[in-house]
Amino acid sequence: MIKMTEKIKFVQGNEACVEGALYAGVDFFAGYPITPSTEIAEVLSKRLPERGGKFIQMEDEIASMCAIIGASLTGHKVMTATSGPGFSLKQEALGYACMAEIPCVIVNVQRGGPSTGNPTHVSQGDINQARWGTHGDHSIIALTASNHQDVFAMTVDAFNLAETYRTPVILLFDEAVGHMREKLIIPEEGEIPRVDRLRTSLGKGVDYHPYLPREDGRLPMSDFGDDHRYNVTGLFHDMWGFPSNNPKVVSGLLHHLNDKIENNVHNITRYKEHFMEDAEYVLISYGASARSAIHIATNRRARGEKMGVLELQSIWPFPEAMIREKCANAKAVLVVEMNMGQVMRHVKAAVDRPENVFLVNRIDGKLITPTDIKSLLRVIQGRGV
Amino acid sequence: MSVKDYIRERYFPHMWCPGCGHGTILNCLLRAVDQLKLDKKDLVMTSGIGCSARISGYVDFHSLHTIHGRALAFATGVKLSKPELKLIVPMGDGDALAIGGNHFIHAARRNIDITAIVMNNRIYGMTGGQYSPLSGPGKKASTAPYSTIDNDFDVVKLATAAGASFVARSTAYHVLETVDVLKKAIQHKGFSVVEILSQCPTHYGRKNKEGNASQMLEIQKNTTAKLGSKALEKNPLLIPRGIFVDNDTPEYCQEYDNVVERAMKGRKA
Repeated sequence: MIKMTEKIKFVQGNEACVEGALYAGVDFFAGYPITPSTEIAEVLSKRLPERGGKFIQMEDEIASMCAIIGASLTGHKVMTATSGPGFSLKQEALGYACMAEIPCVIVNVQRGGPSTGNPTHVSQGDINQARWGTHGDHSIIALTASNHQDVFAMTVDAFNLAETYRTPVILLFDEAVGHMREKLIIPEEGEIPRVDRLRTSLGKGVDYHPYLPREDGRLPMSDFGDDHRYNVTGLFHDMWGFPSNNPKVVSGLLHHLNDKIENNVHNITRYKEHFMEDAEYVLISYGASARSAIHIATNRRARGEKMGVLELQSIWPFPEAMIREKCANAKAVLVVEMNMGQVMRHVKAAVDRPENVFLVNRIDGKLITPTDIKSLLRVIQGRGV
Repeated sequence: MSVKDYIRERYFPHMWCPGCGHGTILNCLLRAVDQLKLDKKDLVMTSGIGCSARISGYVDFHSLHTIHGRALAFATGVKLSKPELKLIVPMGDGDALAIGGNHFIHAARRNIDITAIVMNNRIYGMTGGQYSPLSGPGKKASTAPYSTIDNDFDVVKLATAAGASFVARSTAYHVLETVDVLKKAIQHKGFSVVEILSQCPTHYGRKNKEGNASQMLEIQKNTTAKLGSKALEKNPLLIPRGIFVDNDTPEYCQEYDNVVERAMKGRKA
C-alpha cells in the first residue's frame, strides 16, 4: 500500500514534468525563475541533489541554456525550463545546440505574449517561435500534452528523442496544464523505455569523428573527460568538428541537420485520437485547449453526432501527412488553440480542402471553453449564431 | 612533453594577423600547461567568439568554441557537471566584458573553479576595429571616428569586487611573468582571472598611431610596472602587473557537494 501512494500523486503539471524528467534520468538542470514555469526549477532544486544530480540557478536565461549544453557534453541528461520572455533569450544557445548537435530538453510553459505579456495567464502563442525562434535554417522537435499523465510521458519522450537524434527537444506546455492539479500515476521502472546516450565504441588512439554519422544516421558521442578530444563549435564544421566554410561541407551539414528530423517525421509524430472513427467534424487541438475539445466531442457523440478530436502531441516536425489522412473525410476541420491560428495555418496547408478548416481560438488569457467551440460549431453547422 | 604535443598541428598556421599578441599568449599558456604536467584528457578549453576565441581550436584539449560572450556560462555547465575537469576560458575584451559582462561577474561571484583569461587588446579585431569596453576614452576606432568618450573597466578591480579569488595581470611582452601567473591561476582552486594585455597592430595600433607590433610591445613594457616595484611607487599612473588577489575561499563545486550530502541525509531521515 505504501508503494501505491508513492506511485499515485496529486500534483501540478509542472511537477508531472519533473517526475517525467527524473524517470528519464535527468541529472543536470540549470534555470532562472519565471512564471509560470518556476515550480519545475523549485522542485528539481530539491530532488536532483537527493540523488546526486546537480541544480544551478544561473544569472539569466541565456546562461541557463549555455550551462545545460556544457553539462550535456560531459555525458549528462540535461534540462532547462522557462516561459515566453525567457524562451526568447534561450533562442541563441538553442541554435547552438541545433548546430553542434547537443542533446538537451527545453521546457516552455507558455504564457501570454508578446513581451512580458500576461505572465500568470494561459496562451499557446509560442508555437511558431519554437519552430523558428532561432536564426537560420534548422529543424526542431517540439512536443506537447493536455494532461499530467501525458506531460509525464512526453517529458520522458523528449529526453529519448534528444538522445536519438542528438538534438534539442522543446516541451511546449501551457500555464493551464502547468498549474492545474490532477492525478498522476508514476509508471513502474522500465514501463516506458529510456534511450540512453549513444557513446562511441572507439578506443583510445583511434581517430574519432564526432560529426561523422553512422550508417543509420546516428552520431555516437564521446564525453568531455574521456579519451577522445575534439572540437565543438557553432560554426559550420567538418567531421572532426573543426570550422569550415567549404561550400560542400556547409550544404552537407545543413542538409544533415534538417534531414535527420524531417525524414523521421513518421517516427517522431505523436498524437491521440478521440472518437475519430467515421468523424465528420474533426477538432484538431493540443495542450489545455484539447481538454475543451474532448469535452465537446464526448457530449456530441453521446447525442449521435459524428465528431472526433485529433489531439496533437508533437507539433514539430509538423505531422502534415498524418493530418491530411485523418481529415480526408471531414466535412469540417476545427483547429482549437489559444493563439491567432499558428497551428491552423499549417493544418490548412496540410489538408486537401483548406476552405473547410476553421479556427476556434481565444487570446484573452482565459482558457478556451466548450462554449467557445459550440459557438463556432453552430455557425458551421448552419444553426445560426 | 613539448609545447607541440599540446596543439592540433593540422590546423596551423593560425588565423591571427602578423604581429598579433594572441599567438604569444597561446604559447605562454601551453608552456604553463606543460610545466604543470597536466593531462590533456583533463583539460577543457571553452571560448566565445572573436579573434581570441579561435584559440580553442588550436589546443589539443577538449574544446568548446561557443557563442559571443557566453563561454563562462558554458564552462560553468561543464565544470559543475564534472568537477574533476580543469576549465580554461580565454576571452577577448569585448567577449568577456561587453556581451559577456554579466556571466563574468557571476562566475566570479560563485567562485567556481575556472581559469578566465582576458586577452585584452582593447578593440574588436575580428569585426574590424570597433571600440570595446576596455578601449577607454580618447581612442580612435572604426565606430569612434571622433574618438571614444566611453570610460573603460579596470578588469582587476572588477574581478576583485565581483569575488574572484585569484586576480592577476600580465602582458604579451612579459612572457615569463605570463607563464608564471597562468600556472598559478590554473593551480588555484576557485575562480581565477588573468588579464593579459595583448596588441592588435592591425586595428588598434594603426588607428591610434601606436606603430607596429614591436612598437606596441615596447608600450606594454614602458607603461606597466610590477606590483611593489620602485617604478610603480614613483609613477602610480603605470599599469600594475602581478598577482593582486590570491584567496582561499570556498569553491562552488565543493560547496555543491555539501549540498548533495545534506540533501541525501535529509532523504534518509
